[in-house]
Amino acid sequence: MISPKVLILRTAGTNCDNETKYAFEKAGAKVDVVHINALLSKKNLLENYQLLALPGGFTYGDDVAAGKILANQIKYNLEEEIKTFIDKKKLILGICNGFQVLVRAGLLPSFESFQQEATLTHNDSNKFEDRWVHLKICSDKSFFINKINVPVLYLPVAHGEGKFLTKNSAVLEKMIKNRQVIFQYVDEKGEKAGYPFNPNGSILNIAGVCDQTGQILGMMPHPERNVDPMHQPCWTRIGLKEFGDGFLIFQNAVQYLKDNF
Amino acid sequence: MHSRIEVFFKDEYVDPIGENVKSEIEIFGLGDIKSVRVRQVYIFFGKLTDNELDNIAKKLLVDSVTQHYLFTSDFFHPSLHGQFHIIEISRKPGVMDPVEQSVIKALQDINISVKGVKTAQKYMIDAAVSVEELHTIATKVLANTNIEDVFIYPEIPKYQQTVSCASFKKKVIPLVNAEAGQLEKISAEGQLSLNIHEMRAIQQYYKSLKREPTDIELETIAQTWSEHCVHKTLKGRIKFNGEIIDNLLKNTVMKVTEELNKPWCVSVFKDNAGIIEFDENYNICFKVETHNHPSAIEPYGGANTGIGGVVRDIMGTGLGGKPILNTDVFCFGIPDIPPEKIPKGTLHPKRVFKGVVAGVRDYGNRMGIPTVNGAIYFDERYIGNPLVFCGTAGIIPKNMCQKTTRPDDLIVVVGGRTGRDGIHGATFSSAELHEQSEQISGGAVQIGNAITEKMVLDTLLQARDKRLYSCITDCGAGGLSSAIGEMGQDMGACVYLEKVPLKYEGLSYTEIWISEAQERMVLSVPKEKEKEILELFNAENVEATVIGHFTGDKMLRLYYDSEMVGELEMDFLHNGLPRLEREAIWNEPGYEEPFLPEKENYGTDLKKILSEWNICSKEWVIRQYDHEVQGGSVLKPLQGVQNDGPGDACIIKPILGKNKGIIVSNGMNPRYGDIDPYHMVASAIDEALRQIISVGGNLKHVALLDNFCWGNTNKPDRLGSLVRAAQACYDIAAAYGTPFISGKDSLNNEFVTETETIVIPPTLLISAISVMDDVRSAVSMDVKEPGNLIYLVGVTRNELGGSHYYHIHGYKGRNVPEVNAILGKKTMNTLSIATSHGIVRSCHDCSEGGLAVAAAEMAFAGGYGMELNLSEVVVEGDIKRNDTILFSESNTRFLVEVKPEHKMQFEAVMKDVSYGLLGNVRQKPCLKIIGLNNQIIIEEYIYALKEAWQSPLRW
Repeated sequence: MISPKVLILRTAGTNCDNETKYAFEKAGAKVDVVHINALLSKKNLLENYQLLALPGGFTYGDDVAAGKILANQIKYNLEEEIKTFIDKKKLILGICNGFQVLVRAGLLPSFESFQQEATLTHNDSNKFEDRWVHLKICSDKSFFINKINVPVLYLPVAHGEGKFLTKNSAVLEKMIKNRQVIFQYVDEKGEKAGYPFNPNGSILNIAGVCDQTGQILGMMPHPERNVDPMHQPCWTRIGLKEFGDGFLIFQNAVQYLKDNF
Repeated sequence: MHSRIEVFFKDEYVDPIGENVKSEIEIFGLGDIKSVRVRQVYIFFGKLTDNELDNIAKKLLVDSVTQHYLFTSDFFHPSLHGQFHIIEISRKPGVMDPVEQSVIKALQDINISVKGVKTAQKYMIDAAVSVEELHTIATKVLANTNIEDVFIYPEIPKYQQTVSCASFKKKVIPLVNAEAGQLEKISAEGQLSLNIHEMRAIQQYYKSLKREPTDIELETIAQTWSEHCVHKTLKGRIKFNGEIIDNLLKNTVMKVTEELNKPWCVSVFKDNAGIIEFDENYNICFKVETHNHPSAIEPYGGANTGIGGVVRDIMGTGLGGKPILNTDVFCFGIPDIPPEKIPKGTLHPKRVFKGVVAGVRDYGNRMGIPTVNGAIYFDERYIGNPLVFCGTAGIIPKNMCQKTTRPDDLIVVVGGRTGRDGIHGATFSSAELHEQSEQISGGAVQIGNAITEKMVLDTLLQARDKRLYSCITDCGAGGLSSAIGEMGQDMGACVYLEKVPLKYEGLSYTEIWISEAQERMVLSVPKEKEKEILELFNAENVEATVIGHFTGDKMLRLYYDSEMVGELEMDFLHNGLPRLEREAIWNEPGYEEPFLPEKENYGTDLKKILSEWNICSKEWVIRQYDHEVQGGSVLKPLQGVQNDGPGDACIIKPILGKNKGIIVSNGMNPRYGDIDPYHMVASAIDEALRQIISVGGNLKHVALLDNFCWGNTNKPDRLGSLVRAAQACYDIAAAYGTPFISGKDSLNNEFVTETETIVIPPTLLISAISVMDDVRSAVSMDVKEPGNLIYLVGVTRNELGGSHYYHIHGYKGRNVPEVNAILGKKTMNTLSIATSHGIVRSCHDCSEGGLAVAAAEMAFAGGYGMELNLSEVVVEGDIKRNDTILFSESNTRFLVEVKPEHKMQFEAVMKDVSYGLLGNVRQKPCLKIIGLNNQIIIEEYIYALKEAWQSPLRW
């Protein structure tokens, strides 16, 4: 396939759709940004795409809980379509609010039952924070990162509810066993560290996870905010690189789709 | 009939909101608090079965991992008996609660219908506190009683759906034969804020019509003539030192723009925002508003709707701009003032501060607009009148900058519904605050719903690009009355008020007309586009309603249920306001220079200044704002090796993938204004401009905004200082070649208590915006490599008047920093050549705290030390004192880092302006400054300096 097609799903309060589109296009994909109402009125629309992306934002104001209302819309209306999508080896990405949606819809860490097994709750600091974090890639299970050979990525987080917790330790153990923990917050040396390196108090410093197939990835940090060389906060110190670390993720995913479709 | 579901964290999880509340209560020093747990309460109106309630809880409200729930019809659950003090807080009927709307929408998704939803917070406090203390906790820490109801157990909350009360009745106000006293009474009782001259003009008009006005007509006139809407003081006649100034704005701020006549100024002082050219396809619009009075009463809601309002200004500029950045500047009282010193009727400054920041955060972040720039200023005189400046810049296609309404176009209101919120905001903001303002004007305060506005924005831009409307404006102060009055000014309009969608029944026609309910825009839609535009909004659940049409007869006609309730000539409405002549005087306040003994070491003074509220790190605030959404960030507000140094200005790229950028900065220093408002303004302009230069910009394409916040300008001394400030706007902007493109004023910022009147210091905010051709030449403020040279560009004078150095020693002083704009322009132009050559490694402007503070900030942001020698500083006159050089706040000065290999090139470029090579960057993390006497006068580890700078606001 020459240009994989990406559907960016938006609704009331989505606000990172445009830069996510830019990142995918830069990586060589064709992108449509589609409102949830349009998708719900024509569910087979999904068939035209190989990647579904849920961008960051505050869908429905994060009222009740971050991502909850959109999660319900997906869970109660699109279960079959999503299952088919995954069966066809296609990819789903949730960034920040999109990750919260995937977790609350029960698509992560395990999508089979559509039951919520984990959560992203209030940061330990109990406030929204925008800061840059170092992420260790701890597994190559996800098709969004499996060919990236950089051990640590530098990306920003911007959220108030990003503390990852599982329903019980069995869920966590299963995730670890299946190598579903993809990103962990670390310090600049790549070592495990506390706040502010781990900005929210996530268990095991978890920043991003995939499902058992490796096709669904959810992450709190924003890869689309470190795509261009000038996104990096210290570029005036270290000079301009060819692209930002986050671009690797889009590149990797688009390459997977090119190779497999 | 209602039921309730309570959602709360499981015992094994920390309750973050409860923990927060606990620490807030502790700050107030109230009782011995063991724990606070918070329950989110949802109240559902209508009949629901237990099964349905269980479903609602499980499917929607509860996070099964961390939370429990219970549903009950009782407020008080027996299991809680005796364990806790219980306080429940909910928004008053009619006050916006975005969560209610979201829950109703989400219930539809799971096929459950309810009559209504209300939310509340239930605080379970385990503490040994008295009844009085509990009351204080409830009203001073947890709730704002202007907008919220408080129930302290054993009082049980009774919730009702907001229901109708008023029935239609046309109201006429007898005024034609009223005496002066009666006229004033009518104005005061109706909260019209019209003075006697204005009331007489209205009386005259109705005499000629041989009838009495209706209430809605009078309200329309009051809104349109309010200070907030027409700036009658600044545009009136002023007698200043015996000289008549006819329209101060036209003679100063607007005059400079006219004279400079820059070809890139597209639209100035007429639309909702000023517009300048950006590139071949786009223009940039920029506006800064104040939202002071509402923020004094309800900080969160005031700031929240302040952002919402200025964002709508951008959405209503031309045919609609897309917001690309926010900038927010606040002025507060001193945050650590003891609670007992707070004047009655005011909120504690710390509470105001936190509320305002949260309001800005929640609205800006939800809208997806990066908050990239700002400043916070503290002075004890802001205690009764905090200032909240909200600014937004937007991008707009070049062919979408003009708009015209045509007769027979439909009037369409889109977005939020109309409620009883914000009644009399425009007239309220034009009056002084006093102890009772909290109670009287509570209704003027409101809470925004950012998601509604985001939905309007998303759909509006689609409608704009399809050319489905011909004109647009936002509903701001004065609501529909101002928006439609303005759009139909040259034509006339006919409005059917019963068609306006309401949040709840029972609003009178006048309330509908003047309500300042948020998130509404008014469009003028050609008839043939009606169907398409309504469908477009409907597709994304945005309400759009035709409520009338424009006419050609220059009359404003208002109907309710087919009865005419108001009929006004547009000409009288917009031109009938009598012009006032006011007296203004200005005298030098006569401060003297203090005498301070010289010291051998100034390290302690430096750390003290770094810890001053006005200088210390604002990271606690900045991090709560999303400053990177939209992906255009180039220079962030926090810079340096650990991303925590104070950047001078921000740079963003509005178009992804292109290297053309915009720079936004601001300048303000009210302390100088106490000595002379002229030099305060000159310094503010210089500061805003030098920040642009510092980050690698230049003066070629810079536009300014002015925001005047003053005391009661009916008093000649206040008006006199304002005149002097405006004159500086003209002089300095003209000399620098930087036009003003928009501005705003907020007067009457005085707070009256029983014993005194607290007047804010004269405060002018200058916001600057500049187009940067290639953002790759951006410069940050952190030092980069050891061995690099440090230059001070510009001239240092004996200008400690109003400085932080004097302030920490308890003095004001007389020698306020002045601006030599001819020299300043040359200095800035020359330095911008150097930065464009890429030979400036870092640059930081010297402002508050002078050279010493700038050097410390550069060093600790970069993580290296510095050694500097004051003998190399270029001074004017005979300065023999180290403290003067270290801390003087002289304008147009920059600390610049240059690599040794660029020394010759840099000095060649700079040869015609003043600079001194003070020293260099050192590996050793120590700031060492050598005085005029060749002795070390400062030697401090950068970590100690950074700690002094960071500790005050590490909340």
